[in-house]
Amino acid sequence: MIPDLGRYAVAVLSSYGATIVLVAAVVALTLWQGRRVKRQLQEVEARQGKAKTNG
Amino acid sequence: MSVWEYANPKRFMQVSARVLPVVVGLTVVSLVTGLIWGFFFTPDDFRQGSTVKIIFLHVPTAMMAINAWVMMLVASLIWLIRRHHVSALAAKAAAPVGLTFTLIALVTGALWGQPMWGTWWAWDPRLTAFLILALFYLGYIALWQAVDDPDTAADLTAVLCMVGSVFAVLSRYAVKFWNQGLHQDSTILKVGEKDPIDVAYYVPLVVCILGFVLLFVALVLMRTRTEIRARRLSALLAQERLA
Repeated sequence: MIPDLGRYAVAVLSSYGATIVLVAAVVALTLWQGRRVKRQLQEVEARQGKAKTNG
Repeated sequence: MSVWEYANPKRFMQVSARVLPVVVGLTVVSLVTGLIWGFFFTPDDFRQGSTVKIIFLHVPTAMMAINAWVMMLVASLIWLIRRHHVSALAAKAAAPVGLTFTLIALVTGALWGQPMWGTWWAWDPRLTAFLILALFYLGYIALWQAVDDPDTAADLTAVLCMVGSVFAVLSRYAVKFWNQGLHQDSTILKVGEKDPIDVAYYVPLVVCILGFVLLFVALVLMRTRTEIRARRLSALLAQERLA
């Protein structure tokens, strides 16, 4: 399935691996921060009886 | 309808909530298509062998590392001139994404450079300018964290962004300015000229570039929404403390 990368296999696979890890990290961080802040805001708005933020 | 309507946080939240699912869908489709095409279905280059497949990661992320800084510069200038909070928050939101792309470009560049140039790193004008840009990203993020007052933080980071723009420009044009070093000039805009990139690599590369552009847009929209919510959260908590 994986193409024959010859003697450069380590360089190519490491590049793809590092990219996937870094992109996954920034996506995960973005989603985690987004959910955490949204939940905290909803709690405070519910406590104060404020209208919800759109979206 | 004026573009400045989107500077209203409420309007921005409404519009971005509608746009975001479409952008995320297009991001996944274009990135998966481009990377699978590039990795599995492109031939080895006659000189570079299979390392040519790194182009589908290195070029789009390097382009976006620079373009992200340009976007932050535009947003910072809008903040400085018109004082729209959403633009300052969008610049803040873009920085970690830009830093990630910069790190990917540096890592993939080193992994590509070692077998092709015989070295992981050289103090070449383009590489050095790019490394300094990465340090500016770190400084920019640190400055936002270091200043308590959000408006003061936005002012200071906007100035830092303008200074860092010198290195964003140098990252792109250093090869043309100095005409030396290991890093080659861009070839993707040379279609029809001497030594263009072959169409077998060009088409999947364009798909990958589109994918990384959309990934940037999706992440910045998500992060800006979070920043707007965080700003509202801190305002509500401040009200609570005063009451």
